[in-house]
Amino acid sequence: MNSATVRNLLVRGMLAGLAAGLLALVVAYLLGEPNVDKAISFEDAHSREHEMEVVSRSLQSTAGLATGVLVYGVAFGGIAALAYCFALGRVGRFSPRATALLLSGCALTAVYVVPFLKYPANPPSVGDPDTIGKRTTLYFLMMLLGVLLAVAATILGKRLQPRLGTWWATVLAVVAFGVLIGLAYRFLPVVNEVPKDFPATLLWRFRLSALAIQVALWGGFGLLFGELADRVLNPRPAKAPAAARTVPAAH
Amino acid sequence: MAQTVAPPTATTPAVPAKLPLSAIAPWAVFFGILMLILLYFVGAEQGATSVFSGTDVHEWVHDARHLLGFPCH
Repeated sequence: MNSATVRNLLVRGMLAGLAAGLLALVVAYLLGEPNVDKAISFEDAHSREHEMEVVSRSLQSTAGLATGVLVYGVAFGGIAALAYCFALGRVGRFSPRATALLLSGCALTAVYVVPFLKYPANPPSVGDPDTIGKRTTLYFLMMLLGVLLAVAATILGKRLQPRLGTWWATVLAVVAFGVLIGLAYRFLPVVNEVPKDFPATLLWRFRLSALAIQVALWGGFGLLFGELADRVLNPRPAKAPAAARTVPAAH
Repeated sequence: MAQTVAPPTATTPAVPAKLPLSAIAPWAVFFGILMLILLYFVGAEQGATSVFSGTDVHEWVHDARHLLGFPCH
């Protein structure tokens, strides 16, 4: 019974991740791709060596982009659904939908915003190919650190709650999270490989669009998965009482 | 926001029941690893490390890798 609930939530998490991935894909295509194209034009104008095209630009910016973003959505949807199974009823007095949105917000922060503020997304032509190993390690390390510290802060908050009350326990846990992340920012190596003449506005727009993709992904996931999880956990009676939220969604 | 306590009704219990860890663990281990492998292929394959030789995977997800924030090249 409980195992079936976990399975149902996991499947819905992956489906919600796929749907949120579609939303993120629209944002990526409309807001992100123009900046990628501009960065590639810059790269072509400033480097003498021309790489041979393995996959054409028109495929990279459509089918390739879709593959990457949708797989990312499904994978994080599945992971978030499993985390949701742990979090449900354990983090505080939150309904299934509120738990989903809260978890989604925390995931956006821990998995994306925390690494992003130290090692932000870079468009093509920013980044030295020789340091790819170091940059990849640092990026995944920052992701892992964000997740571990978010979990630790949640546990700390739960421990402090009986003594300090919910408000101050939460404030203290969030401050502890911020301080530790700040220390990590201070001591991890700086990466700055922006070419000298690269347009600052293009870099800024690219990074904003990268952030918008993640906000769309996690926002969409939190709302959609919350709704699906609520239906698994609180099955509606066949004859629903008159209420504002009984509008049936298209199947 | 106002601290409104909604009257508990039959359809919306205040706090959802916890799922036992023993029910979550098998799913979490198997699917957790599977999802991480998917993320690896989107985010890092044929960049810093390679399972398959060549650059096909890297080139195919090139734009996604840049826009999702992974270090690409």
